[in-house]
Amino acid sequence: MSNEAVLHAPAAAGSLDHGHGEHHEHHHHETFISKYVFSMDHKMIAKQFLITGMVWAVLGGLMSVLFRLQLGYPDSTFPWLEDLLGKWAAGGKISPEAYYALVTTHGTVLVFFVLTAGLSGTFSNFLIPLQVGARDMASPFMNMLSYWFFFAASIVMLSSMFVETGPFSGGWTAYPPLSALGDASPGSKTGMDLWLIAMALFVVSQLLAGLNYISTILNMRTKGMSMTRLPLTMWALFFTAVLGVLSFPVLLSGFILLIFDRNFGTSFYLSDIFINGVGALPNEGGSAILYQHLFWFLGHPEVYIILLPAMGIASEVMSVNARKPIFGYMAMVASMFSIAILAFLVWAHHMFVTGLNPFLGSVFVLLTLLIAVPSAIKVFNWLTTLWRGNIRFTPGMLFAIGFVSLFISGGLTGIWLGNSALDIHLHDTYFVIAHFHIVMGVASMFGMFAGIYHWFPKMYGRFMNNTIAYIHFWVTLAGAYMIFWPMHYQGLAGMPRRYYDYSVWESFKQFAELNQFISLVAMIVFAMQLLFLFNFFYSIFKGRKVTTENPWGSNSLEWTTPINPGHGNWVGEIPEVHRWPYDYGKDGKDHIPQTTPVGADESHH
Amino acid sequence: MMTAVQANGPQRIHRHKFTLWVAMGSMVMMFAGLTSAYIVKKNQSSWLEFNLPVLFWYSTAVILVSSFTIQMAVQAHKAREMGKYRALITLTALLGLAFLVMQIMGFLDLESNNIALTGSRSNSAASFLLVITGLHMLHVLGGVVAILFIFIRAYNSQEKAGSSLPVELAATYWHFVDVLWIYLFIFYNWIG
Repeated sequence: MSNEAVLHAPAAAGSLDHGHGEHHEHHHHETFISKYVFSMDHKMIAKQFLITGMVWAVLGGLMSVLFRLQLGYPDSTFPWLEDLLGKWAAGGKISPEAYYALVTTHGTVLVFFVLTAGLSGTFSNFLIPLQVGARDMASPFMNMLSYWFFFAASIVMLSSMFVETGPFSGGWTAYPPLSALGDASPGSKTGMDLWLIAMALFVVSQLLAGLNYISTILNMRTKGMSMTRLPLTMWALFFTAVLGVLSFPVLLSGFILLIFDRNFGTSFYLSDIFINGVGALPNEGGSAILYQHLFWFLGHPEVYIILLPAMGIASEVMSVNARKPIFGYMAMVASMFSIAILAFLVWAHHMFVTGLNPFLGSVFVLLTLLIAVPSAIKVFNWLTTLWRGNIRFTPGMLFAIGFVSLFISGGLTGIWLGNSALDIHLHDTYFVIAHFHIVMGVASMFGMFAGIYHWFPKMYGRFMNNTIAYIHFWVTLAGAYMIFWPMHYQGLAGMPRRYYDYSVWESFKQFAELNQFISLVAMIVFAMQLLFLFNFFYSIFKGRKVTTENPWGSNSLEWTTPINPGHGNWVGEIPEVHRWPYDYGKDGKDHIPQTTPVGADESHH
Repeated sequence: MMTAVQANGPQRIHRHKFTLWVAMGSMVMMFAGLTSAYIVKKNQSSWLEFNLPVLFWYSTAVILVSSFTIQMAVQAHKAREMGKYRALITLTALLGLAFLVMQIMGFLDLESNNIALTGSRSNSAASFLLVITGLHMLHVLGGVVAILFIFIRAYNSQEKAGSSLPVELAATYWHFVDVLWIYLFIFYNWIG
């Protein structure tokens, strides 16, 4: 099936009317609706994912600032909080219910809406057709649907914040019985129903998207683009999509059983429960641990769904800006492959203290620690790519290097947590918070920033402001470490996560000033992200214009398109590929694009 | 005009067929998750043992036959025997609906034998049967809707010489839900 046919196939929505053959640039009869709203152009869908993700990042980040206020200043009141949150912050102090709702929604939103949809949604959509050499996705219509399912999920999740009993407040993992029984807490009522609907819509969105990404990468590559000539971003996004397609359905099965327990009186997860004020429940024989198995069977691959795109982006940005081939291309692919396999075999390390059979636990310890091997290979390859490189410290490059730094720091504590014996002490403490925020949260954010700064010229035909970008980078990097580094000490001291007020605990009073410090830095870092957003939106309209097709001197295919590519990406034929994308500094040439045929006098690559 | 530039070696599988196969892999994971949960749950306390409704044996036969009819429909379409093709896909859709009705009647049968599927008297053994079978029924319903689409195409005179891709996709999916049910049937009876 040719790429032409994709664009000209009678799509179900039929809203795009494209030019024919080589005249792509000319016959666009696009209305505002078909170009900016119900667009089937993968580049526009990518921007929709990105900007929706940004809105969620601001909301989710703001939530963390609010609950950090409570944690840092448990004895103070802030009258403006009552203006903002109403009864949830009566007297200017966040109520316990609101605190738990904020923590829960922060987690859900950041993990799923920002770092899954906002990260892989943006860069899979934007980069896959451009870097494999395709006019669009395998099914542009399904691609559009995937965004609108995400949008619907967003609206439902957002509306859950405005219901009378508040949004769901039982933690982002939504363990039963809190998630299964409306009487368990205020947030378990309508808020949880909306949470479930939003997540179900989100799963549908991710499945539609993932099918498309896989199909496009495997079937729509241009002539000469063998799998081993794909940029590493493509491999990373491919494995991400495979993980999503295989693990999200299992999460959905877990949710379906949960819906039956909530609404139809079944006992999959519930047994022998007594609720204060309600009495004993008739449910018998259910197992809450069963939900945990189903949840974490997605939950762990989800970590790599978040991290792999960042790895791919970092690899690509790093190689381009070090002006050196990526070190160990095949080792990079192989390590991503083994991470993708191992992702499915380690879920029970989230459940070491649930009464899991210790023998089974030790198997999961072994498999978990095995992930250190491919991770270390990747770190080694990134460092050796930098080694003796001719480094250009563009903002994208800085964030890619920052990603590696965070991945190392956060990855090392993963080795601690992967041990079931240590986990007895460390589970559900701030040590865990510190670990996953650094290695998955901030590191993936850095990958995302690297991607945005690097591909902004391709997205909008303009550059972002470098000065603001450098301030953004340094404050965010230093801030991230200042926020999460101290949490390791708190966690080692046994400070549990999810507590409302630590000042009333004799053991944790000593951390009062430290908590204040963390909260202060969190606010500064949050403000810095607003500066980034200003830079982003200002640069869309007023940024310095891109004047050449290939401003970074990059080899991959996206930089062979016009500065502002239309739907269909290339004017005329799609270029043919003759080499891998990492011929930098070869035979005395600065870079050799993938479209350049291999010359007779060229050394072997 | 792009085909020459596009083709990378021999003609690959059509991208929609490929996407369907990946999607089926995804659905397999969903049912694998559920049947694994079933096994875990079964090995815990208070699991109710009961026999499957007899109707499920007949519904199994019905869905098996429908796989044959849709395969014959694909061959009829390829041979351009449109009359035969229309009759066969109509028959397939009807068999699919019959399957769904029989499943529902099977559930009613259980309820009338005092095996509650939902509610406070229910045991998760019966609830699992309802949820897993119910989800499979939704997938069959999806297949019926797909057949409805190509059915409309088949009666649209302009589409007479259309490509056989839609019916091939529908047939692949239909075989998939058939095999899925046979797996579930064997699972309920002899594995789980």
